[in-house]
Amino acid sequence: MRHTKLVTLEEAILRSGLKDGMTISFHHHFRGGDKVVNMVVAKLAEMGFKNLHLAASSLSDVHAPLIEHIKSGVITKISTSGLRGELANEISHGLLKEPVIFRSHGGRGSAIASGELHIDVAFLGASSCDELGNASGCPRSENAKSICGSLGYALPDARYADHVVILTDDLVAYPNVPKSISACDVESVVVVESVGDSSKISSGAIRDSKNPRDILLAKQAAKVIINSGYFNEGFSIQTGTGGASLAAVKYIRESMLEKGIKASFALGGITAHMVKLHQEGLIGRLVDVQSFDKVAAESIANDQLHQEVSAVEYASADHVGSAVHALDIVILSALEVDVNFNVNVLVGSDGIIRGAIGGHPDTAEDSALSIIVCPLLRGRIPCVVPKVTTLITPGKGVDVVVTEYGIAVNPARPEIAQRLVEAGLKVVDINELAAKARSIIGEPDALPFGDRVVGIVMDRHGKVLDEIRNIVD
Amino acid sequence: MMFVPGNNPGMMADAHIYGPDSIMLDLEDSVTMAEKDAARLLVHNALKSIDFGGTEMVVRINPLNTPYGRKDVEAVVKAGVDVIRMPKTETADEVRELEAEIIKVETELGCVGRTLIMAAIESALGVVNAYEIATASKRMMGIALGAEDYSANLKTQRTPGGAELLLARETIVVAARAAGIACFDTVYSNLDDMDTFRKEVELIKSLGFDGKSIINPRQIEVVNEVFAPSQKDIDKALRIIAAIKEAQAKGSGVIAVNGKMVDRPVVIRAERTVALAIASGILAKEEAL
Amino acid sequence: MEITNAVAGTLESGDILIQITPGDGLQVDLQSSVAAQFGRQIKAVITETLTGLGINNACVKATDKGALDCTIRARVTAAAVRATGKDVWKD
Repeated sequence: MRHTKLVTLEEAILRSGLKDGMTISFHHHFRGGDKVVNMVVAKLAEMGFKNLHLAASSLSDVHAPLIEHIKSGVITKISTSGLRGELANEISHGLLKEPVIFRSHGGRGSAIASGELHIDVAFLGASSCDELGNASGCPRSENAKSICGSLGYALPDARYADHVVILTDDLVAYPNVPKSISACDVESVVVVESVGDSSKISSGAIRDSKNPRDILLAKQAAKVIINSGYFNEGFSIQTGTGGASLAAVKYIRESMLEKGIKASFALGGITAHMVKLHQEGLIGRLVDVQSFDKVAAESIANDQLHQEVSAVEYASADHVGSAVHALDIVILSALEVDVNFNVNVLVGSDGIIRGAIGGHPDTAEDSALSIIVCPLLRGRIPCVVPKVTTLITPGKGVDVVVTEYGIAVNPARPEIAQRLVEAGLKVVDINELAAKARSIIGEPDALPFGDRVVGIVMDRHGKVLDEIRNIVD
Repeated sequence: MMFVPGNNPGMMADAHIYGPDSIMLDLEDSVTMAEKDAARLLVHNALKSIDFGGTEMVVRINPLNTPYGRKDVEAVVKAGVDVIRMPKTETADEVRELEAEIIKVETELGCVGRTLIMAAIESALGVVNAYEIATASKRMMGIALGAEDYSANLKTQRTPGGAELLLARETIVVAARAAGIACFDTVYSNLDDMDTFRKEVELIKSLGFDGKSIINPRQIEVVNEVFAPSQKDIDKALRIIAAIKEAQAKGSGVIAVNGKMVDRPVVIRAERTVALAIASGILAKEEAL
Repeated sequence: MEITNAVAGTLESGDILIQITPGDGLQVDLQSSVAAQFGRQIKAVITETLTGLGINNACVKATDKGALDCTIRARVTAAAVRATGKDVWKD
């Protein structure tokens, strides 16, 4: 080996030419078990960096340590798909001077590819990597400590960032193939104790939901799909990971068996449920931008028909070849849906940021049939409202809303409404659903928003869609 | 009929979304003595404020010979309950005693006759007196079996096949039919064994029961499926009703369908079949007109 | 009206825990995940229910888990009945 890229984290940072004010990026494939962001930012703080722009594909509860780094000026700007927990709460109360830029997965991919989001140094965790930088989300050796499967959200960073650092907890002999990230895109390789806590990734054991509401919503969602006119041989589908979405897969499968219908592919967000259907021969191929559990991660490692795609190939609006353009049916959830079918998945009804945009607007806009499944109420919080607190997915892309009190169909899709009515389903006006929610919980007071903008929501095409203001306690 | 404990506001609020035919809010065995007062208030306020969407509302009160029974009656009648379910009914006198209590409250409100009664039979004596209980009041709309207490009273245990319940079940069905009222079977508590549950529902349907008590929304679908009439039965029933309408229009009194005389019991059974089909969602109301 | 300490309700989803103690005037200390949207309304229901029962002096600590107004009324009434020993139903 004439050249090695193996360095310590500190050396990698020095080599990268990172300066104050530059943009660093991360992926979130280890989700609640991620260790890379906190580890790297702590090191950057130690080394005295300031005013950095942190551009992660998403952030979660586990990134609360960033609060201190924001207070001390190490991080002064954030771009992400989502925020959760204490970090989100603090930012909603005005922790960051500059507003957070929120993008969907497809939007982030487009922005990186076009240069709108320029990344100086990408720090990408990998479950296996060789000395030259061929990196993968799949474990290769017996010493492997982590697994994440698809590295879809890391691929645009690897390709377009000025400088790429791979962090891995399993260094393997060259060549680490099959690979997700090519060694030719990588400048440094850092071996660390752990990149992600695999115990935080679900095992993928399929447990039938016992929650009667989830089961009710799932059955209704399945009936909508089956009678929508899109449930035909070769259909394609994407589902979220909420209880009702996963439960719906079970009922769709029953119908697929009954009618002898097979799906051509499943997209996402791939879960053990989809892997099972694929292995049964009911779904032809799996197109995977994120492996949600160990079963999916193992499947992508071993099955040629289960393929990784980058965020750009998954959902970019700029690229007509992105997978969402071929997607027939998508089942999504929502924090709020309003009477114009606009959806909010990012900000709670108390005005605090608590979710992630994910691929919601990407799949809703480009799929043939998008279905939102949500309860009418969550406790005293209404999910069907006159106007969403924050606009994430514009209503023109949302076709059907399924609640326990009835199904609402976008007036722009009368043919779907007709098919559902003919099938005996309870189709209602969405205004009735909003009114029903109000009649049960009462009229909420206006939220105590301040006048600082703490978040800007970008749409998939790079335009500002909405603003999030701070909450004053 | 879906049982919902009266001390659980979360469950009461959305019990109706699962589409049970009726909901029974319980103030009796699922509520501890320390919470009887609070549960009574929860049920009273829920009945007054929550829109149960046309579902028949039933409340199981505590027996009148407890410190709670009379207050339960006052609270639920004032809240407009459809049916009061009396537990552990053994004699016709008990029914008349309850009726008197109900009349007291209804008189105060000016709505005498509004509240119906359902009697749960949960002991040997109750089974012996089933017909007397069923006919003890014009408000009696149905009698039901409570198998847990009944089998304990018989000094035996519940078995999967239900042999120990056979006499009670058949007696209750016979008494109900003789009295011209409805009859309901007892709950099945093992939510993980849907197969045995289905078998039990099939058994009690063939015995003649009108319905079954359930404890969880997941059981609703099975009951509806078992009780749903077949397409063949529905078509036949629709033909009979159509023939009747035609005959009435012509002013003819006697009709025949497929060469068979159609008299009143046949018509009643046909109407019942169509009603069941609509309730099961198999038939849309418009198709039956 | 004389009141002693009393409690009604639980911390289950959809419920509200009401703790009443003697006090001057009606004070309500509310903890709720929907405080921003419904805090004012919840406090109003609590005070209206108490004054409706003739209680104008009490300290109320309310821990709300998304209870609807009818549940709040029921729990406040139960706590009040327990605090005063005077029932709302005839004996």
